[in-house]
Amino acid sequence: MTARDLTKATADELSRTLAAGEASSVEVTQAHIDRIAAVDGAIHAFLHVDAEGALATAADIDKRRAAGEKLHGLAGVPIAVKDIVATIGLPTTCGSAILKGWIPPYDATITQRIKAAGLPILGKTNMDEFAMGSSTEHSAYGPTHNPWDTTRIPGGSGGGSAAAVAAFEAPLAIGTDTGGSIRQPGALTGTVGVKPTYGGVSRYGLVALASSLDQAGPVTRSVLDAALLHELIAGHDPMDSTSINEPTPDVVAAARRAEVKGLRVGVITELGGEGFQAGVRARFDEAVGLLTSAGAEVVEVSLPSLEYALAAYYLVMPSEASSNLARFDAMRYGIRVPPADNDDPSAEQVMASSRDAGFGDEVKRRIILGTYALSSGYYDAYYGSAQKVRTLLSRDFAAAFATVDVLVSPTSPTTAFPLGDKLDDPLSMYLQDVATIPANLVGIPGLSLPIGLADEDNLPVGLQFLAPAKADDRLYNAAAALEALLESKWGGLPLLAQAPELEVAR
Amino acid sequence: MTATETLVPFDEALTRYDPVMGLEIHIELNTATKMFCGCPTGFGAEPNTQTCPVCLALPGALPVVNAKAVESAIRMGLALNCEIAEWCRFARKNYFYPDMPKNFQTSQYDEPIAYDGYVDVDVDGETYRIEIERAHMEEDTGKSLHVGGSTGRIQGADFSLVDYNRAGIPLIEIVTRTIEVPGDKAPAVARAYVSHVRDLIGGLGVSDVRMDQGSLRADVNLSLKPKGSSALGTRSETKNVNSFRSVERAVRFEVSRHAGILDAGGKVIQETRHFHEDTGTTSSGREKSDADDYRYFPEPDLAPVSPSREWVEELRKTLPEPPAVRRARLQADWGFSDLDMRDTIGAGALDLITATVELGTTPQAAKKWWLGEMARRANETGVDIDALGITPQQVAEIQKLIDDGRINDKLAREVFDGVIAGEGTPEEVVVARKLEVVSDDGALGAAVDRAIEADPDAAQKIRDGKQAAAGALIGAVMKEMRGQADAGRVRELIIEKLS
Repeated sequence: MTARDLTKATADELSRTLAAGEASSVEVTQAHIDRIAAVDGAIHAFLHVDAEGALATAADIDKRRAAGEKLHGLAGVPIAVKDIVATIGLPTTCGSAILKGWIPPYDATITQRIKAAGLPILGKTNMDEFAMGSSTEHSAYGPTHNPWDTTRIPGGSGGGSAAAVAAFEAPLAIGTDTGGSIRQPGALTGTVGVKPTYGGVSRYGLVALASSLDQAGPVTRSVLDAALLHELIAGHDPMDSTSINEPTPDVVAAARRAEVKGLRVGVITELGGEGFQAGVRARFDEAVGLLTSAGAEVVEVSLPSLEYALAAYYLVMPSEASSNLARFDAMRYGIRVPPADNDDPSAEQVMASSRDAGFGDEVKRRIILGTYALSSGYYDAYYGSAQKVRTLLSRDFAAAFATVDVLVSPTSPTTAFPLGDKLDDPLSMYLQDVATIPANLVGIPGLSLPIGLADEDNLPVGLQFLAPAKADDRLYNAAAALEALLESKWGGLPLLAQAPELEVAR
Repeated sequence: MTATETLVPFDEALTRYDPVMGLEIHIELNTATKMFCGCPTGFGAEPNTQTCPVCLALPGALPVVNAKAVESAIRMGLALNCEIAEWCRFARKNYFYPDMPKNFQTSQYDEPIAYDGYVDVDVDGETYRIEIERAHMEEDTGKSLHVGGSTGRIQGADFSLVDYNRAGIPLIEIVTRTIEVPGDKAPAVARAYVSHVRDLIGGLGVSDVRMDQGSLRADVNLSLKPKGSSALGTRSETKNVNSFRSVERAVRFEVSRHAGILDAGGKVIQETRHFHEDTGTTSSGREKSDADDYRYFPEPDLAPVSPSREWVEELRKTLPEPPAVRRARLQADWGFSDLDMRDTIGAGALDLITATVELGTTPQAAKKWWLGEMARRANETGVDIDALGITPQQVAEIQKLIDDGRINDKLAREVFDGVIAGEGTPEEVVVARKLEVVSDDGALGAAVDRAIEADPDAAQKIRDGKQAAAGALIGAVMKEMRGQADAGRVRELIIEKLS
């Protein structure tokens, strides 16, 4: 393979190339570092690139492989990690000024697993500050650009991971998804993004946005790659009390099975009508048609409580965030900004001025929202009611999954919008996640698959599969089947083959 | 205390008001590791050496519940006659403070692990039932050290240092329902309750229950209501009450203070108060109100705790003998009167006497030293009896020295002085202070001869068969020997020489 081929290859292909000795991990890693150097000036997917560390890991893997050591299947395949995941020795800022320069002294559990398996970590990817946003414009370090059109947003909060994979800067990336931060960027960049079942992947070392909603997952260019990465990072972790203590379903086997004949597929009535872009609806309907033609039994399913999901989410998420983000107080780590007009400030005054200087507007907005929603006298009306909506929604999903195996909807109501378009309109930004939020509220897994380009703007559209909790394998089976049907339509190539060439920096 | 506050004498206050109390006790568990992480919990380590990403609240770190702490909490709940929740959750108590790493305390709110219990405490022969509202699990905060300034308090300090070793140590908070007992008994009942809980928890082995080291901390909530009224007054919450005696004094002081305010037509401010051991007074801390908003919500990072009924019953079987049963047994074993027993419990000496007796001292001797000597010293110096610096082991050793005839009771008191002053073991003190009684006939004989010569009248009476007159001569010999003579042998020598 040429260096260009190495960056175009899927992780599965790279894994086989490395195993066959057709390329070394150093060559693969170097090819991606070169690609980052060439295109990331225009994309800004990375906040920090660790060429030295990645190449050292790659060299170590090459040596161990040469010595005949039995290695993990993904050993030597480079990966990009969202900047919300704790990594020893690499800055972890969460896209926030308040953590500028903070280098964790410990690894997240998923970082440990990635390191143990020998995947070179290329660097840390850009994101909306503390994962609050749907466009990656809320990063304190500047926005990420969509590789399909650099004047547009890549989705968020994990726009960096999605753009890195879409721009062939990394074959694999880690994202986190609290309300759609893996899946919506996946849809907007033509990549595959999976939010596993809540508790399926350890949260230890992921800087928390909303503890009851957060989940890390894979960002890749193929369903099989997502399954391979999912298998690597999933599984019980005694350091996370909410981690599921059961074997992970065999997602890799499911992705290889790719068979939808007889599969009962429910189209969610409430997601796909008003507010959904025409081109999104058209591609979605075609994809559902493909599933039907392949033998799936498609029915329409209603989830009546869905109309309250967005409102409930915007109470639960900020409430938990307001408490989770209280620790950023300039006492133990992060930037410390004393008040300008006070020579002898108290600790509390230093906390206040540091938080004022360190947090961006969206973060402050949500902290204020959450603080209010948890206030005595309002708790029952807001946080309490929102939790009840989660219960109702869980019942709706349970009823739906009693009749269908998977549910489908468009991942996002629109394709990628221009940078700056929704910055002054938070409500419209929040609506980006209307289809992805329900999975987080009830803890079920979701996968976004690229299904084509919208006619009106030639930008990627994603379809979301949802499955019952702990049945993540169903997502991979169904998505891999649809992926194969679509790719045969596209001449045996992935959707990203249609992406415009990026201008390469010299 | 502000200048405008006048104190009303306690007894006078009680003629117009009835006190209403609530007591909160924090117990630091002695688990090997912290509540939500694997850090060690040992007392007195170098600052910030017993910390990790979890108890420092580094970004991304998550808590995991210490199963041993849950077990201790359940046993404690059972000992307090509580119901044990079948399902309960932790909650976050949100407020900013530099020694609290997460800026929320992981605690329990409306779902405590144990609830609806009681303990019976004895005061002056009466039994009072104190109802327990709840006992819940939580974590301790770090410890701030304010450097500079004169008070050691945050006001006026140049800077503050924080030690996070204590952050995350498991705590159990035990909260009573309101306690309404005859006003004159309130201070003693409060003290007896704290002492009783100390004994109970100490007996479980789940905590060191040392008030002086902070492993048992008591807060006294107190309000007054005018006699005949049923409306509760505004309460104060007195913190920093570091001994049983202080519990009693804090109640008395707050009754006097509240009465002064109310008599003057003023309003009691709802606030925390700090108790001062030296003056026996309280001073204003932080103003509180029911509007204090901790924004409690269930801790989403922790799974609910749902102890099985089988486990709870297993744990119930591990409980030691209930205090009332134990007391009855010890009273019978020791042959103590009801009054002896009441004094023993009142002095907080039950465990001390038990331990001393277990070391071979007779119950009567143990009682003599602990209730006679030690209780007096504790009272004089204003410390709790177990904080005097004398252990049951030392009392037993000293009694052994008496039984062996090497010292007498009077000399024993000097040995106690030496031991308390840190001069070494009783044996070492006896040697260093040359306290051993003289029973050497040569030395004694000479002294007896001098006494006979000095008091010929007494000598003559003895020769005449009036042996009672020997007392005067014995006294003279003891005086000369500065108390260190074996009085029995002196008497024998006098009789020998004069018969």
